[in-house]
Amino acid sequence: MGELAVGKHVKYILSVEKRKDSFESVVMDHIRMNGAYWGLTTLDLLGKLKTIDEDEVISWIMECQHESGGFAGNIGHDPHILLDVSGLQNEDGSFSGDTWGEVDTRFSYIAICCLSILCRLDQINVEKAVNYIVSCKNLDGGFGCTPGGESHAGQIFCCVAALAITGSLHHVDKDLLGWWLCERQIKSGGLNGRPEKLPDVCYSWWVLSSLIMIDRVHWIDKEQLVKFILDCQDVENGGISDRPEDAVDVFHTYFRVAGLSLLQYPGLKAIDPAYAVPVDVVNRIFFCR
Amino acid sequence: MDSDEGDREPISRRAEWSDVIPLPQDDGPNPVVPIAYKEDFRETMDYFRAIYQADERSPRALCLTQEAILANPGNYTVWHFRRLVLQALNADLYKELDFLQQIANSNAKNYQLWHHRRWVIERLGADARAKELELNKEILSRDTKNYHAWSHRQWVLQALGGWEDELDYCHCLLEQDIFNNSAWNQRYFVISRSPFLGGLKAMRESEVRYTVKAILAQPNNESPWRYLRGLYKDDIEALVNDPQASSVCLKVMNTKSNYVFALSMLLDLLCNGFQPSQEFRDAVGALWTSDTHPLDSDLAKAICYILEHVDSLRAGYWMWRKSKLPQAA
Repeated sequence: MGELAVGKHVKYILSVEKRKDSFESVVMDHIRMNGAYWGLTTLDLLGKLKTIDEDEVISWIMECQHESGGFAGNIGHDPHILLDVSGLQNEDGSFSGDTWGEVDTRFSYIAICCLSILCRLDQINVEKAVNYIVSCKNLDGGFGCTPGGESHAGQIFCCVAALAITGSLHHVDKDLLGWWLCERQIKSGGLNGRPEKLPDVCYSWWVLSSLIMIDRVHWIDKEQLVKFILDCQDVENGGISDRPEDAVDVFHTYFRVAGLSLLQYPGLKAIDPAYAVPVDVVNRIFFCR
Repeated sequence: MDSDEGDREPISRRAEWSDVIPLPQDDGPNPVVPIAYKEDFRETMDYFRAIYQADERSPRALCLTQEAILANPGNYTVWHFRRLVLQALNADLYKELDFLQQIANSNAKNYQLWHHRRWVIERLGADARAKELELNKEILSRDTKNYHAWSHRQWVLQALGGWEDELDYCHCLLEQDIFNNSAWNQRYFVISRSPFLGGLKAMRESEVRYTVKAILAQPNNESPWRYLRGLYKDDIEALVNDPQASSVCLKVMNTKSNYVFALSMLLDLLCNGFQPSQEFRDAVGALWTSDTHPLDSDLAKAICYILEHVDSLRAGYWMWRKSKLPQAA
């Protein structure tokens, strides 16, 4: 088994920040904030946050703030819940992504996560929010994006993390969900997000963090998973792809490093499975440490 | 509809746009990461910004949003403005459906597309139902597990109806690919929510027969095993007492291959009071070939032990199951 090529990944992330005129910079234009989060969190987990200019990044983020208080994905775009929080809760407890109304349990997680970080969970009806999430629970113990929607590891992360943050994990059927989640591991050691789908490194995050939150991570073969994740890295140029041999990107580089952090890979900072930021950052936010 | 990049005439050279001054992207005074956009894309967005700021809800604005969406279907501001324009012009929304289908053909996993589609259907109402369910099938025929398409389909059924043929549709998809978990999920959605079928309990008997057949065809398919448990939601006693459940486990075990889910189901039955006959003991015993380790006389323990070995990725889970078993007296 190879080792995590830390230096190469740092170089790769910094080069993405600088790259011009690539296909990604066009289609990712409106979600530049997401890219910043993936890149910065990865650098922090690798212990290399100091390689970027903090003041420049902060001033760019503040430029993205909208009059409403929300943040847009880049300067000159409209704010969206994926990037900010406002009073977007619906009558049934669900959340819309923006003032235009798309509903999804992803938005429940984002609203709850952001409000919790801002110590403003009292601004929403938490009980209704929790009930809506519970209404998305399926026969396999998993969760979908709306009631009746198929269980999907990414959606499960959102629902379980939202329940964890609100102290509502008793609504999760941990043993049933834990079994479904550990069934996501396939022979190659990688994890898929739904039955009979291909494995993808980003599910190392969605599945693992969910298993940790419900205290069932010892049900999978961690060694095989670490091997799969390391097989997905580009040891020459840095970066990590969705599966071995595919092209690398920042999104998957973040999820891989975050997954390895959850697996307590040596040399990486610990990451919080519900907030998806380094544990020391969570401690700083909530305990002023 | 000109999506061929080579033939695109710059907007600045089109007569109908001569009165508009394009509004360039403001990256702030000291951009951290100035983005060098492709020229066509930049021009389209500069003109879009100009009409967006002027709030111009005109036919040419509608055309421009179409170009901007084709250049980047992920930009939700453009989609939002397009809805305002469609409304202002009282545009033909059936035409809009055709446009959306074109986008879906190349980018069916785009969130904004589906949100917009729902907005269109909400305005068209029940008249659009049959057409929409058909268009949705077209998209699913290319990717039978497209999460967005399935979510949308469930919403159409609940908002506008059309449940009558849905169980047949699920069957059709499962005939093509019995491992399609999305189709199994839809099947459960239909039998538990369709106003025509009488609910889960009324459907149980025929669904159990259907599921058992699917299991016997592919015993290593996790979906129907979970579906079978789902049919007995909140009524585990009925599952234990249904001879179809235990007998499908026995049949699969007797084939001596692909028996992990069968053992797992039998374990659940045993944990909930199922009394195994000698036949079951023999079948489990036959799956254990090691001479050095005699199999435990407690059947549930023996099953956990076998699963720990044949399903070694999940050994931790099966060990935990074993530790939870009541100690034999």
